[in-house]
Amino acid sequence: MNAPGFVRPRGSTLFAATVAVLLVGGAGSIGLALLRGAADETRRAEGRATAAALGLTDVALFGEARYTRHPSQADLASAFQDGPAVLDHFPAGSLVRPPHDFGRGSFTTEEPIR
Amino acid sequence: MSTLVERERHLLDFAVASLARRPTKNLGLTLVYALVVFLLGSVMLFGSAVRREAAAILADAPEIVAQNMVMGRHELATGADLDALKGLRGVRRVEPRLWGYLWDSAGAANYTLMVPSPTDGAHAVAAGESIVGEAVARARKLTVGKPFFLVSPTGKFLRTRVKAVLSDASALVSADLVLVDEASFRTFFGLPADRWTDFALTITNPREVSTVSEKASVKLPGYRFVTRADIHRTNEALFSWREGLALALFASSLLAFVILAFDKASGLSAEERREIGILKAIGWETSDVLRMKLWEGVVISLTAFLLGLLAAWVHVSAFSAGLFEPVLKGWSTLYPQFALSPRIDALEIATLALMTVVPYTAATVVPIWKTAVTDPDTVMR
Repeated sequence: MNAPGFVRPRGSTLFAATVAVLLVGGAGSIGLALLRGAADETRRAEGRATAAALGLTDVALFGEARYTRHPSQADLASAFQDGPAVLDHFPAGSLVRPPHDFGRGSFTTEEPIR
Repeated sequence: MSTLVERERHLLDFAVASLARRPTKNLGLTLVYALVVFLLGSVMLFGSAVRREAAAILADAPEIVAQNMVMGRHELATGADLDALKGLRGVRRVEPRLWGYLWDSAGAANYTLMVPSPTDGAHAVAAGESIVGEAVARARKLTVGKPFFLVSPTGKFLRTRVKAVLSDASALVSADLVLVDEASFRTFFGLPADRWTDFALTITNPREVSTVSEKASVKLPGYRFVTRADIHRTNEALFSWREGLALALFASSLLAFVILAFDKASGLSAEERREIGILKAIGWETSDVLRMKLWEGVVISLTAFLLGLLAAWVHVSAFSAGLFEPVLKGWSTLYPQFALSPRIDALEIATLALMTVVPYTAATVVPIWKTAVTDPDTVMR
């Protein structure tokens, strides 16, 4: 039972208000990120200088295997280092793609042309 | 015009009231919908933010890295090969590098041990000193001046004192680094004097990188030459959408959600069917019923999409996608603490909308249309 004098808002008004609140929240978050932009640039420049001085090549997100720690530096067979055609057993292997020029060859049962 | 707007507004009012009559069901659906958007949105925002961050930090990566290869495996580079590369036209400088991996059983983590370049004054380390990455310092509770001991696979001991901890700014690429001096590195790993991990080449004219790389590979056919473009391509491919885990996450959650939405719509309750029947009996056109149901879909979709996207944004920008940490970490112990700044990309948002709103609409509109076109008498019976 509503209190006397209370006018229940229309459904469309409620919906518009909800969307407005979410949009304002989104705009606020983006605004905060933009305000942080200058600090981000400084941080990136510092990181870039360190990486250049040390000659770093890859992100240090997955340190479990050398081909996940340095995917750009790992040799082409390193994902199969435990044996030919051995399936990858590191969890990060499902996130890191093999080198881009890996796997051009294919298995065939046909006789090679001589 | 205003009549048209007012008409749609009334339909929207009716749709909201209709949703409010089944609060638990519709709220649950909206939350699950928002969760799907949050999950997919987080993966998208996180992937693109990490790729952008890596590209920015690694913009000045070595122009060419030359690795010796034997039987498809990485082999140490030799002094003779160093001289061969030095004599190559177009190569300004060849920097022999020393770096390798060490499994530290005390910290149960893999470190990347490295000798900083002699030209790098900022990271110069003397014998008995070390500079450690942010995650190493955190995992081993190291601060400047504290002793840091390492044990080699052959049992050799390396005693160092922490000279500095690398800043958080480069944590994304340097978290697991341990920098030591050359003599200590060679003694620790038992490396002879004229052996290095690889060579970093600086090219006189950056536009000649591929030409120099080709010439170098003719001179040293056993070597693999990784250019800066290769490095960037590999990093660009990180978390690519085609990848296993992310894709499985996408596919399974999306499929579950589509099934849920389809089930919800095709299993229109007797009450809902009766409602549609009454509306048609009192003069609503099929198109009115469809429009009202479409508004219901818009209310659920838009609310869930905005809610999920906002939550994904906060998750990535404020918490560096902390929920993904266990997945990304895998078996590794060290995980960098780094700041991420996602960017609003219209194409990404459109893709996300396409992947979530379209399956939902497709799964709900057909069963509703089927009910709406049925004779009111049949529907109400």
